Amino acid sequence: MARVVIRVPAQAKRGEVIEVRTLAAHAMETGFRRTQLGELIPRDIIRSLVCTYNGVEIFRAELHPAIAANPLLAFTTVATESGTLEFRWSGDNGYAATQSVQISVV
Amino acid sequence: MISRRHFLLIAGSTLAAGAQAQLDPNRAAQRKAAMEAAVRKVTGGAPVRPGKVKLELPPLIDNGNAVPLAVSVESPMTEAEHVKAIHVFTERNPQPNVLDAYLGPRAGRARVETRARIADTQTVTAIALLSDGSFWSDSVDVVVTLSACLEEGLI
Repeated sequence: MARVVIRVPAQAKRGEVIEVRTLAAHAMETGFRRTQLGELIPRDIIRSLVCTYNGVEIFRAELHPAIAANPLLAFTTVATESGTLEFRWSGDNGYAATQSVQISVV
Repeated sequence: MISRRHFLLIAGSTLAAGAQAQLDPNRAAQRKAAMEAAVRKVTGGAPVRPGKVKLELPPLIDNGNAVPLAVSVESPMTEAEHVKAIHVFTERNPQPNVLDAYLGPRAGRARVETRARIADTQTVTAIALLSDGSFWSDSVDVVVTLSACLEEGLI
């Protein structure tokens, strides 16, 4: 099961810039490493993260093998209204994870 | 379990591959060309000017497997003037691309943070695309003592 961690302030003032930090538990196998017997280990990485705020896309990232294991992404957004931030990861070998957090804007 | 004969075979072939990487004089040029191609793919040949972008990376890296990396861009992040995309490239990783991030006026601040794998002592470059279509960049030289992706026969 895909494990992800999201950190968003539970409450924010309207118009405030909030920091969003997210981390997914994933080995991010680069596809450049070899086993002891010299065989290439196939690539297995998370390729993209899409973040939507009440259904509107606010951030998107494409990841490459040069992103460290357990990829961390931190970005900012303006707290416009109360609602849901939804995070969608997708990657090699059918990896997919979706998680949402609630934010209340006062 | 690996037999002695098998081990010697593997060791021999690995050494040979390593020696080849050492001896190939075009390797550095190829990597540079790969990075330029990756940058061109993003910019479409448009000029990239230094400035506005700030790439934060520790100058001395003990372990290249997880290097904190942050890119911030000077921008008011309004509907009229904002950062559309931030790209990070390296010169001497097996692949030049590190991260492509797409943001917009709703970001409030143009700042993205992540952790990267840095293969070798090299130059890391961040390029930002602004809403007016201009490209800006910043480069940082880093020294790596223990590199990531060691297996790929670095120069």
